[in-house]
Amino acid sequence: MVPLSWYLLLSAFLFASGVAGFLIRRNIITIFMSIELMLNGVNLAFIAFATVRHSLNGNVFVFFVMVVAAAEAAVGLAIIIAVYRTRETLNVDRVNLLKL
Amino acid sequence: MPMNAGTFILVAVVKIVIAVFVLLTACAYTVWLERKVVGHIQNRWGPTRVGPFGLLQPLADGLKFILKEDLTPPYVNRTIYILAPMLALTMALTSIALIPVGPVIHAFGISTPIQITGVVNSATGRGADINIGLLIILGITSLGVYGIALAGWSSNSKYSLLGALRASAQMVSYEIALGLSLVGVLILSGTFSLHAIVEMQQGTWFGFIPKWNIFRGQIFAFFIYLMAAFAETNRVPFDLPEAESELVAGYHTEYSAMKFAMFFVAEYANMITVACLASILFLGGWSGPVFGPAILQALLPVFWFALRIVFFMFVYIWVRGTLPRFRYDQLMGFGWKFLFPLALANILITALVVAWRA
Amino acid sequence: MLETVLFLIFAAICVGGAINLLAQKHPISSALSLIVVMGSLAMVYLLLGAEFVAAVQIIIYAGAIMVLFVFVIMLLNAGEEERSATGSRVAMVLGVPGLLAAAVTTGWVLTRHGPASTPVVLGEFHGSAHAIGRLLFHEFLLPFEVTSVLILVAIMGAVVLARRGE
Repeated sequence: MVPLSWYLLLSAFLFASGVAGFLIRRNIITIFMSIELMLNGVNLAFIAFATVRHSLNGNVFVFFVMVVAAAEAAVGLAIIIAVYRTRETLNVDRVNLLKL
Repeated sequence: MPMNAGTFILVAVVKIVIAVFVLLTACAYTVWLERKVVGHIQNRWGPTRVGPFGLLQPLADGLKFILKEDLTPPYVNRTIYILAPMLALTMALTSIALIPVGPVIHAFGISTPIQITGVVNSATGRGADINIGLLIILGITSLGVYGIALAGWSSNSKYSLLGALRASAQMVSYEIALGLSLVGVLILSGTFSLHAIVEMQQGTWFGFIPKWNIFRGQIFAFFIYLMAAFAETNRVPFDLPEAESELVAGYHTEYSAMKFAMFFVAEYANMITVACLASILFLGGWSGPVFGPAILQALLPVFWFALRIVFFMFVYIWVRGTLPRFRYDQLMGFGWKFLFPLALANILITALVVAWRA
Repeated sequence: MLETVLFLIFAAICVGGAINLLAQKHPISSALSLIVVMGSLAMVYLLLGAEFVAAVQIIIYAGAIMVLFVFVIMLLNAGEEERSATGSRVAMVLGVPGLLAAAVTTGWVLTRHGPASTPVVLGEFHGSAHAIGRLLFHEFLLPFEVTSVLILVAIMGAVVLARRGE
């Protein structure tokens, strides 16, 4: 029997490493992937609670989170491509000017 | 009769060994069939030298792949370069585990469905399998893109990179049409279990029209599926990722010997999986006349299933020998502007009919 | 017993993948480790009985979203990340102890409080496609439609952004 807390700990770890990646990495694509990692951690918590509480609402929330993640990836990657076209870099430290 | 754990594992291992052997042999002989049929279409003979009708040609080809020098070009990303063909082959071979090939058979006091992931429901004595089988197959095939994308990227060659870019865009686009074309069938059958979907299509109307999904109004879905499947498996007329007249060999330009053979086998295994799925979802799986003694009754459904696969393989080759290659913008336009709306319309009409009947 | 072993295996793969995502320099290695995390998370979902979500996790996350990432990395031919030397001093000094304190607090809260020790029993509860579909199209119909509008807006936004400005 795996207690719920183990699943929650895993979820917390994934979320925390997402946050850490967001803060320490400098490549804009890797930062984006860290956000996806955070969303995955949250999803795991949703599913774990849904299973313990015998309610499917958690699964539906995960479904919505995935939809939002897909929309976010589409728009975000389009922005990355646009930024790369004008700046020729993916380093967020170099994208620090408002003018072209 | 419920099995104990040891028998269960033994049966599973036997099934896996047989499935892998049959699949690899089928891949090899599909290549032979392709060379033969394309040869005859182009007024040539095809392979004739090795064995009668060139039947031993696949063996010679396999030997050549093993004996050739396995070159790793300089400036490749080694880890990913080696990982990519393995990934492609693994994904292609895994999905066969979920394909039901025949009904429940009884042998040596054991009852089991002819399917690796199938078990016998001990309450009803009927076959049962994973109840999200179709979704898992879709998931595995969508992971197959990585093999191609990573191969092209890690090779560090412009032809490979262009081929990989084309392949990943094309496969992601056509996956949508492919997935949507299956929804009509799913609405009709109300389950993701492949075994249950086949069971529903057994029997006939008026004694001669089989109750296949293709005759239940899913004929458009069938053709959408077929066209999307051609694009998913990178076959002519959608073989732009490996278009030899412009990209040398596309994503596997830099691969040789066994690594190239892995891509080759993966492509044919994918073709076979797609054909299996088409016959299960639209053409009634293994349904067909069953007669004769017990052993024949057990093997005939498998024969009918194999017949459908051979038919699909022939269609693949026939199309290859007949049609020219699309241009890339035409390919994308065809997928997004024609197949995608058609699949949506098919879902809408099927749903309306089902709702009206209920 | 088997369930615990399976959970530990897949949780270990998840943790390893997440750490590898942070440690790798090249974005494509990070993307691959994220795919590994997502795949093993799908297995954890299966252990929790959420079979539909597990399949959707593979199809959407690993099969569509991450393909998009890999595609963009390939398209831009992104190289290894350059390390900037201008790190924050405060973060360097306070980072590790702060992180440890946060981890210990979270672990303590999660293991000691609330319904956390409830055992998760394998095979007694299933998030089947039937049940989720029923919930999605009855109780959550409005949110569902709103997400479809969101997707539509995202498609248009992506097209506008990615088009070359004329």
